[in-house]
Amino acid sequence: MSRHSPGRLLTWLLLLTGFAFAAADGAWLARVPGKDHERSNPYQGQTDAIAAGRRIYEEHCLHCHGENAEGTKKRPPLRSERVQQQATPGDLHWLLFNGNMKKGMPSWAKLPDQQLWQVIAYVKTLHE
Amino acid sequence: MKHLFTKRVVAASLLTLMMTVTAAAQERPYFVTYSHEMEEPGNLDIELFNAVGHPPGGNLFLGSNIEFEYGVEAWWTSEFYLDGQSTQSDSTIFTGFRWENRIRPLLEEHRINPVLYVEYENTSADKALREIVGHDGVPDFSVPNAIARKDVEREMELKLILGSTARGWNISENIIAEKNLSNDPWEFGYAWAASRPLGFAASAHNCTFCREKFQAGVEMYGGLGDRHSFGLHDTSHYIGPAMNWTAPNGTTLTFSPQFGLNDYSIPHLYRFGISYEIEQFLSRFHRGNQ
Repeated sequence: MSRHSPGRLLTWLLLLTGFAFAAADGAWLARVPGKDHERSNPYQGQTDAIAAGRRIYEEHCLHCHGENAEGTKKRPPLRSERVQQQATPGDLHWLLFNGNMKKGMPSWAKLPDQQLWQVIAYVKTLHE
Repeated sequence: MKHLFTKRVVAASLLTLMMTVTAAAQERPYFVTYSHEMEEPGNLDIELFNAVGHPPGGNLFLGSNIEFEYGVEAWWTSEFYLDGQSTQSDSTIFTGFRWENRIRPLLEEHRINPVLYVEYENTSADKALREIVGHDGVPDFSVPNAIARKDVEREMELKLILGSTARGWNISENIIAEKNLSNDPWEFGYAWAASRPLGFAASAHNCTFCREKFQAGVEMYGGLGDRHSFGLHDTSHYIGPAMNWTAPNGTTLTFSPQFGLNDYSIPHLYRFGISYEIEQFLSRFHRGNQ
């Protein structure tokens, strides 16, 4: 005979599920190595780079993250506090380069480094 | 007859161009070598690849395949191929199908990124030259289609794909092992390629022929014999430059002249391909998800 009531088990299960979701949501930020976190964007604030970044965004990112980076049913917005405030340009570069494949985010290492920084320059101009 | 053959090639190319509607691809200019780059999840890439060659003692041929490449997950790509060929003074035939899956076991980028590749193929009289294994070579191309198509090959093919990205270059190596499901021995082959875009940074304005729209590189591949006679004896090998261009609507055109490196190889191969990508293919069928 189990010592745990069904109600207590259900509570534990819900708590564990909650922790799992909390860990998955933005958990990639914790995996970024220090030296990547510290990297700065060589194109930050450059008008031409932001325009180029917008073009790259439209080509490769728009279908998942929405026309104005508002997110779609399955993919997160890029105007969130996590992307705009918590993540440094270096964090975002690490994410684009490595992807977050378990969560459906592919690696964009196929794009040259310069284009990754250009799209980050554009994304960082978006605010809530 | 040669005129008729050329017409067929031109008609096939035009038909493919007309079919091209929408795309946003970033393809490597490789015809045989696979890179470690996977299809983005939910995207469908439709590709037509062709190889034109004239083997000594044989007839001019066009080997083609159309491929449907789908990103199942960010780490898993599945691809279905339909193959055909046309041989001058002979016939035009459907040569079979292939289904392959590529799985990326390491979920982050490393210096060398492995991808595991498993393919089942059911083909006969194949001239698409999507890989060279065992003792594949000129003698295979001199058999008339009516005879060659009776020899249906049901094969499993395994590849270890190794890919690296460094300073804008992609370097890819494939080690190939193929087993006919009848009693034939394992056959082996290799492919190697490197490429980079001509321009790294994107331009701020829409452009058609700017440097980042072009990729150039080199590709080499060949057979390594089989389990009983492993090595370079009676094997064919090819090398050539490869280039592609991505049009403003995203269609990618790829071309590569390739050269046989020994008498067992076809002296010259001309390869060309057209591909376009439909982003988030399945979501287009979901209501309110445009």
